[in-house]
Amino acid sequence: MWDYIKLAVLGVVVVVAAIAASMARDLPYLIHMLVIMLASAVTLIWLIRRVGEPVPAVNPNEYMDGPIRYGVIATALWGVVGFLVGVVIAFQLAWPQLNFEWAQGYLNFGRLRPLHTSAVIFAFGGNALIASAFYVVQRTSAARLWGGGLAWFVFWGYQLFIVMAATGYVLGSTQGNEYAEPEWLTDLWLTIVWVAFLLVFMGTIIKRREPHIYVANWFYMAFIVTVAMLHLINNLAIPVSVLGSKSVPVWSGVQSAMIQWWYGHNAVGFFLTAGFLGMMYYFIPKQAERPVYSYKLSIMHFWALIFLYIWAGPHHLHYTALPDWAQTLGMTFSIMLWMPSWGGMINGLMTLSGAWDKLRTDPIIRMMVVAVGFYGMATFEGPMMSIKAVNSLSHYTDWTIGHVHSGALGWNGMITFGMLYYLVPKLWQRQGLYSLRLVSWHFWLATIGIVLYAASMWVTGIMEGLMWREVDAQGFLVNSFADTVAAKFPMYVVRGLGGTLFLLGAIIMCYNLWKTVTSTAERSPARAGSAVPAE
Amino acid sequence: MVDPKNKIPENKVTPASRQYPDSAAQLRQDPPTTGHSWDGIEEYDNPMPRWWVWIFILTVIWALGYWVAYPAWPGIQSSTAGMLGYSSRANVATEISEFEARNEQFFVQLVDTDLDAIRDNDELHRFAVNAGASVFRAQCSQCHGTGGAGVQASGFPNLLDDDWLWGGTMDDIVTTVTWGIRNEDFPDARYSAMPAFGQDGLLDSEEIDQVVNFVLSLSGADHDSALAADGAELFDINCASCHGVGGEGDYFIGAPALNNQIWLYGGTPEAIRHSVYYSRFGVMPGFENRLREAEIRAVAAYVHQLGGGQ
Repeated sequence: MWDYIKLAVLGVVVVVAAIAASMARDLPYLIHMLVIMLASAVTLIWLIRRVGEPVPAVNPNEYMDGPIRYGVIATALWGVVGFLVGVVIAFQLAWPQLNFEWAQGYLNFGRLRPLHTSAVIFAFGGNALIASAFYVVQRTSAARLWGGGLAWFVFWGYQLFIVMAATGYVLGSTQGNEYAEPEWLTDLWLTIVWVAFLLVFMGTIIKRREPHIYVANWFYMAFIVTVAMLHLINNLAIPVSVLGSKSVPVWSGVQSAMIQWWYGHNAVGFFLTAGFLGMMYYFIPKQAERPVYSYKLSIMHFWALIFLYIWAGPHHLHYTALPDWAQTLGMTFSIMLWMPSWGGMINGLMTLSGAWDKLRTDPIIRMMVVAVGFYGMATFEGPMMSIKAVNSLSHYTDWTIGHVHSGALGWNGMITFGMLYYLVPKLWQRQGLYSLRLVSWHFWLATIGIVLYAASMWVTGIMEGLMWREVDAQGFLVNSFADTVAAKFPMYVVRGLGGTLFLLGAIIMCYNLWKTVTSTAERSPARAGSAVPAE
Repeated sequence: MVDPKNKIPENKVTPASRQYPDSAAQLRQDPPTTGHSWDGIEEYDNPMPRWWVWIFILTVIWALGYWVAYPAWPGIQSSTAGMLGYSSRANVATEISEFEARNEQFFVQLVDTDLDAIRDNDELHRFAVNAGASVFRAQCSQCHGTGGAGVQASGFPNLLDDDWLWGGTMDDIVTTVTWGIRNEDFPDARYSAMPAFGQDGLLDSEEIDQVVNFVLSLSGADHDSALAADGAELFDINCASCHGVGGEGDYFIGAPALNNQIWLYGGTPEAIRHSVYYSRFGVMPGFENRLREAEIRAVAAYVHQLGGGQ
C-alpha cells in the first residue's frame, strides 16, 4: 500500500513538474522543473522495477550505514568541486582576464563566487555533517537510524537541493543574501529535507539504548534545530509567480540586513561550529582512544556557546545604518563568546593528554589536532575582529576572507578530512587505510596551503584597510580604490597558490580513499556493524 | 636524583590537590570518569580549567560595564544611551565638520577667485590641486585612470597631454566636469555626434578606405598614397567641416585633432575604419549635482596642472 502511495505521488510530481516547466517564466525555473521532473522520474522507475520483489529483511540490531557510505563519497566529491571553484575564483581575482568573454553571465566571478561558498559550506560541509551525524548518533545511542528509508530520502533530497542551488547560481537565480542565495523553490525543498533530517536524528535519539545522550549529539541537535530556524526566518519571501524563480523578501532595509547577518553569523555558529564540534567530540576520542578531558567543561561550554552565539550577528554591521545599541550587543556578545568557543578547543586538545606521542605516528590525529588548533585561532580572531576599533580597519577587507578561510579550511576542512580517513576503513570493513604516507602528504599540502592563504589575506587585508582610511592633513583621500586593488596583486597570487595546494591535498585524499575501498584487505566481519550498547 | 632546577622549593607549601605525584605509578593514574561510556568513549570528571572560568567571567563583567557606558539595550522608542553619550553618527559628523571648518576659508576663496587667477595664488593653488586630486581619485579615476593617463585606445581620454577634445583652459575643464559630455542629465552637457558614414550609407566601402588612408597621411602614419590621394576630396566634403581642412580638430564641437599621433580609439587602419563606419559616441557624466562648485574648480585645477593645461 505504502509503495503505491509513493508511486502515485511521484507520478503526480513528474507530471506537475513537466507542466510547470512548459509554462516557466524564466530559465532557472525551467531548468529547476526539469531537474525535479528527471529526479522524480528516475525514482519512479527505480521503485516500479522493485514492485512485487521480496523486501530484504532489515535487522533492527544492525547499524544503517548505506546512506553514510554515500554521504562520505558525496562529501569527498563535493569537496573537490568546491575547492576547485574556489581556486578558479581566486585566480579570477588575480587575473580578471580569466572572466572569459564567452562565459560571461555563467562562469564569471559573480556567478562562481556563491557557487564556491555554497559548494564548500553546504555541499561539502553539509554532507559531512549529515553523514557523520548519522554515524555518530547510531554508535553513541546503540540504535539503528529511525524512520526506515527516511535517511535515504535525506541523503538524496539533500543532493537534489545542492544541484538546484548550483544550477540556480550559474543561471543567475539568486536572492542576493550571502550564504542564503537560493530562491524560494529551492528553499522550500531544503526545508522539507531538513525536517526529515531532524526527524531521523531525533527519532534515533529517542529510541536509544544508552541511558544518557552523548555530548556530540547535543551539538548535532543544536545544529539541526537552529539551522532550521535560521533558514526559515531569513528566507521568508513571497514568490512573484508560482511559475517563476523570483521572489520578494518579507524583510526590508536595515531589518533585512540584521536578519541576514543574524542568519549569516549563526550559519557559521551552528553549521560550521556546533555541528563540527559534534564531529570533533566523537572522532577525536575515538582516534586517540582516550576519554574526553572534562565532562563539566563540555556542559558549560555547550550551553554558553549556544546561548551567546545567537546574539553576535550585528558585529557584521558595525558602522552601518544599524543602530548603535545593536552594534554594542553584537560586539559584547562576541567577546563573551571567546571562552565558550575555546572550551571545545580545550576539550579536544586535552583529550590527547597521555596520547601526545600519537602525533608522531598517526597523521590522522595530527590532522584533527591541527583542525582544533585552527578552530582556536579562528575563534580568538573572530571576537577580536568584532571589537569596533579593530573592525573599523578590518571591515570589508580581505582580512575577513582570511579569517573565514583559516576557520573553514583549517577547522572544518581538516576535521572533515580526519573524519573521512577514520570512517572509510570502518564503513567498507577494511583493515586500514591504503596509505598513511599519502595522508601525511595531504596533511602537509593542506597545512602549507592554509598558511599561505591566511598569511597573504592578513597582509593584504590590513594593507588595504590602511590604504582606504588614509587621508592627508587636510582630510583628503590619499589612495583611489584602484590603487588598493593594484597593490593587492602579489598577495592574490599567493592566495591562489595556497588554494591550489589545499585542492591538491584533497585530490590525493580521494585517491587514497578510493584505493582503500578497492584494494586493501577486508577486515574480519565479526562484530562489524552490530548495535551493541557499550555498557 | 631531582634536577635542582625542577625541584619545588621546600619552604613553599603546596595544597595536597596540587602537589606533584611522587611516583611514576601515581603519575599514570587517571582522574575519575563520569561512569558513562558511549561506543567506548568515556569522559573524565576533570574540573573546568581555572583560567578558562576566570577569563569567561572577566569578559562577562567587561560586557556589563560596556553596556553601562555605551548605548546597549533597546526600549520601545529608543535605547539606553550609555553614560559616555557615545553616538557613531555624531562622531562622524564631528570629524567631517572639523575638516570642513579647517578648509572652509580655502573653499570660499576657490569660488571667489577668478579661475585663471587660482594658479597665481601659491597657497590656494596647492590646496586646490590637493583637494582636486582627492576628488579625481574618487570620481574620475574609474575611467581616466588613477594617474589621469586614461585607457589606451579604449575611448577613455588621457589627461596628461595637451591634445584636448573640448578644450584645456580652466574654463573649458570646469564646463566639461560640471555638465559632462553627451549625457541626458543636463541640457548644457557638451554635445556633438559624428555621422556613421558606413552604417548610414553615406560612403561606400571603397570610399571609406580612401578616407581612412587620407586620415593616416595627416599624421604621417603608414598609408597607401594612391588611396589617400583619392580620399583628399572626400575628406574635404565630409570631414573637414568639423575636423578642419588639415585635420586640426575643433574644441567647440569636440572634434578630435587627426593630425597627431594621439588616438582616442586607436590609430590602426582598422580602428579608424571602425570610427568612420560606425562613428563613436563617448559619454561622461556631469558632476553639477555630485560635487560642490569649489570641488569642481579644485578638480579642474588638478587636471589643468597634469601637463596639458592651456
